[in-house]
Amino acid sequence: MAKKLIVIGAGMASGRMLEHLIDANPDAYDITLFNAEPRGNYNRLMLSPVLSGEKTYEEIVTHDAAWYEERGVTCRFGEKVVAIDTEKKVVTGEKGALPYDKLVIATGSNPFIIPLPGHDLQGVIPYRDLEDTEAMMALGAGKRAVVIGGGLLGLEAAAGMAARGTEVDVVHIMGHLMERQLDEAAGYLLRRSLTEKGIRVHCKANSKQILSDANGHVRALQLDDGTELPCDLLVMAVGIRPSTALGKEAGLEVNRGIVVDDHMVTSNPDVLALGECVEHAGAIFGLVAPLYDQAKVLAKTLLGEEARFVQKEVATKLKVTGCDLFSAGDFAEGEGREDIVFRDPARGVYKRLILEGNRLIGAVMYGDTADGAWFHGLIKDATEVEEMRETLIFGPAYQGGAAADPMAAVAALPRDAEICGCNGVCKGQIEDAINAGAGDLGAVRATTKASASCGTCTGLVEQILGATLGDDFVIPAAQSVCGCTDLSHEDVRRLIKSQELKSQEAVWQELGWTTRNGCHVCRPAVNFYLLADWPLDYVDDPQSRFVNERNHANIQKDGTYSVMPRMWGGMTTPQELMAIAQAAEKYAATEKVTGGQRIDLLGVKKEDLPAIWHDLNEAGMVSGHAYTKGLRTVKTCVGSEWCRFGTQDSTGLGIALERRLWGSWTPHKVKLGVSGCPRNCAEATCKDVGIVCVDSGFQIGVAGAAGMDVKETERLVDVPTEQEAIEWTVAFVQLYREHAKYLDRPYKWVAKVGLDWVKETLADAAERQALVERFDLSQSVYQKDPWAERAKPEVARRFHPLADLTLEAAE
Amino acid sequence: MSWIDIGHIDDIPLRGARLVKTPVGCVAIFRTAEAEVFAASNACPHKAGPLSEGIVHGQKVTCPLHNWVFDLNTGEAQGADEGRIATYPVRLDGDRILLDGHAVGKRSAA
Ligand SMILES: Cc1cc2nc3c(=O)[nH]c(=O)nc-3n(C[C@H](O)[C@H](O)[C@H](O)COP(=O)(O)OP(=O)(O)OC[C@H]3O[C@@H](n4cnc5c(N)ncnc54)[C@H](O)[C@@H]3O)c2cc1C
Ligand code: FES
Repeated sequence: MAKKLIVIGAGMASGRMLEHLIDANPDAYDITLFNAEPRGNYNRLMLSPVLSGEKTYEEIVTHDAAWYEERGVTCRFGEKVVAIDTEKKVVTGEKGALPYDKLVIATGSNPFIIPLPGHDLQGVIPYRDLEDTEAMMALGAGKRAVVIGGGLLGLEAAAGMAARGTEVDVVHIMGHLMERQLDEAAGYLLRRSLTEKGIRVHCKANSKQILSDANGHVRALQLDDGTELPCDLLVMAVGIRPSTALGKEAGLEVNRGIVVDDHMVTSNPDVLALGECVEHAGAIFGLVAPLYDQAKVLAKTLLGEEARFVQKEVATKLKVTGCDLFSAGDFAEGEGREDIVFRDPARGVYKRLILEGNRLIGAVMYGDTADGAWFHGLIKDATEVEEMRETLIFGPAYQGGAAADPMAAVAALPRDAEICGCNGVCKGQIEDAINAGAGDLGAVRATTKASASCGTCTGLVEQILGATLGDDFVIPAAQSVCGCTDLSHEDVRRLIKSQELKSQEAVWQELGWTTRNGCHVCRPAVNFYLLADWPLDYVDDPQSRFVNERNHANIQKDGTYSVMPRMWGGMTTPQELMAIAQAAEKYAATEKVTGGQRIDLLGVKKEDLPAIWHDLNEAGMVSGHAYTKGLRTVKTCVGSEWCRFGTQDSTGLGIALERRLWGSWTPHKVKLGVSGCPRNCAEATCKDVGIVCVDSGFQIGVAGAAGMDVKETERLVDVPTEQEAIEWTVAFVQLYREHAKYLDRPYKWVAKVGLDWVKETLADAAERQALVERFDLSQSVYQKDPWAERAKPEVARRFHPLADLTLEAAE
Repeated sequence: MSWIDIGHIDDIPLRGARLVKTPVGCVAIFRTAEAEVFAASNACPHKAGPLSEGIVHGQKVTCPLHNWVFDLNTGEAQGADEGRIATYPVRLDGDRILLDGHAVGKRSAA
């Protein structure tokens, strides 16, 4: 007589196991199959295509009623098993008990529900089975859904609902999507694809609570920062936990999952288990490939044949149309690793291979995943790749051709991308002009006016000439930013504007960077360009800043720092001086009066910085930004207040300018001077902007220098009122912020674009006003005292060592 | 090896570093990606620039004083510069950062 086999759970793993078992020996067991869901085995993976409407439920059923009947499997569907008695070898279902000779537990896993306030409201669901899928399908157009969780499941849920016209917000706690499978670059491309589908993605977003309407139904999700995302349905897809309750109560060994050996046998020899509910060699499972291997092994074990389960590398794909991604192996953690990066902005392709020694250990790809399986094979088999290292990234089809194309970024631009910002000329117009016969830069300038004004787009125009004319045009070599790209600073700035690139990842990808995240040369520049162009969208990245700007103090050659509070226009008070004196004493700092009319405190230890800032803040002082590429000082003379020659209130104007401009980031440092008369005691005529007061008003000079180069300012304009002097100065600084190459002082930038162009631009009252407005908008974000922010205890912590392992030794 | 828990991964800013004081001197712990850390001597062999204050890019760090670049895998200076910084075993266990106590001169990690 056949032995009695009971299987708990009719899921992906047990379904495959039954196929193997019955195929091999249909008569070995008398099988009863319990399933909590009121149906048999269907392909759970394909719920997403059902959700999006690409498949129907009928199409994804793997075993229908006839299948079970033909094979004599007794089905108890819609009946949950509530207890297992391993002594008596009896299983108890909701409708009665049944004895077994062998038992298989395949209960899968339970979706994890974050216990947020409101998690038990109506309309809050996980994404696991057909019921959940149907709830999402029922929404349709005009409704709104929020998905918590930007992993595989959450994104498939979001894309599926969006495909049915539902408005979807995805809330993800980490910095980029699918962070377990993707790196930031691929996460950026994925986010872009989803955004194009109309899905709003919120990264680094913390959920606070789920809000209810009057009927106990979900109304909205509230985030930590107070934002409310209204919704009719809230899907939580934040992870799974092996479903182990039955096994645990039956007294089986359970850690994170039900522990099984290589033969898929639990701690009880007559109880076997497989699928997401098990733990094997410390690992638990969330993808189907290893479960199929387990199914094979378990079937053999039941038949008394020898087989062992071996874990292999798994690869991930996302089943969302238009989002082609692939990730396999290990792309984080560990030493001795090397990256190979390839990007093709034109096709939205990103590939990164991770090598350890001469083996491939990980691969992340977006956009073109055709070679995924090949790379996955190299990883699984630990193939030596030394020989093909140079060309590895091009995949198996590589035949020694096509190297990365330096013009790819420009070739990828759409025809309506603006190339010349001064004259509003798009790529398409330039191409048309070239096709109509303009064969060089001069001709393009003459016919389209592109690059005819400030000239910073020259490099791009030349690349369009090259791309359009092919070998007939030789592109003059421009100095590229650094080894990570072939583009020049000017090219990068223009492309950030015209392509509306608003994150570092966008720049790396769309402009074809050859490294993972730039280097110490390009990153600070790109960080500045992004924050200058998109103050509201881009968040300044301290890790892309040179140490002084990150620590808001100047590092000295012995590793200590200098601290310099602002003295507005060089004016100070007894209180401020006393506070400075006290701070100097308390932190054993050396005091130096600087050329910028303020007092420097030298020799402060890093860990003391937050405390000294706190003390100076208390006395009403803020950072003097003596360490930034930003506004440094406004040097003034005493002016008409005190001086018998003074013509205007130069001190007052200086203070007004400093109060307006402080805190702003600029391509390089900016120093101002205001002198009260042409005797020029404030040495205004060698500053970046220097104003000299005269009886009739104010002479504004720009582009002076008094460093490695010494140069007198050139006259920008004469204006009669203080208010106009401020307006012109602010507009000039903003123009410089928007156009100059990183690390060009104003005098260098003006020499490149020409003072005439600067004058012409600023002479237009509307343009001047617009520049001032953009400056003020940026200041609404950046005019904050960095010291006050960093003196707070939670931030100050970062200035101390992470750990001190010397203490114990000293004891 | 004797692994010592020195902190949470999020205590180090992404593409940043923090210091750990050890018997062999200050060791910088670099975080090069979401879940990727390296440990190396904090002192640049050139003029002792504090490497934990440098810009972290890829798996490299640039010294904040004179822009020497070091590969954090090997500790070797890159390009024309010649020199090497000591590297130490460090690993992640979930969110926790573990540094090898022996390598940084601790006799026993009680
Ligand atoms: C929407 C979605 C998309 C996915 N996409 C992919 C993908 O693209 N690639 C991939 O590799 N993986 C994917 N997965 C994961 C994959 O589906 C799972 O790894 C796989 O289904 C797990 O199989 P299992 O047999 O262990 O569990 P399940 O398939 O979950 O089966 C367990 C069954 O046991 C039943 N059960 C539980 N407790 C009891 C009880 N006490 N009594 C009776 N019955 C019980 C449950 O009702 C369930 O039917 C996806 C999952 C989902 C939800
Ligand atoms: S001290 Fe590091 S480069 Fe000079």
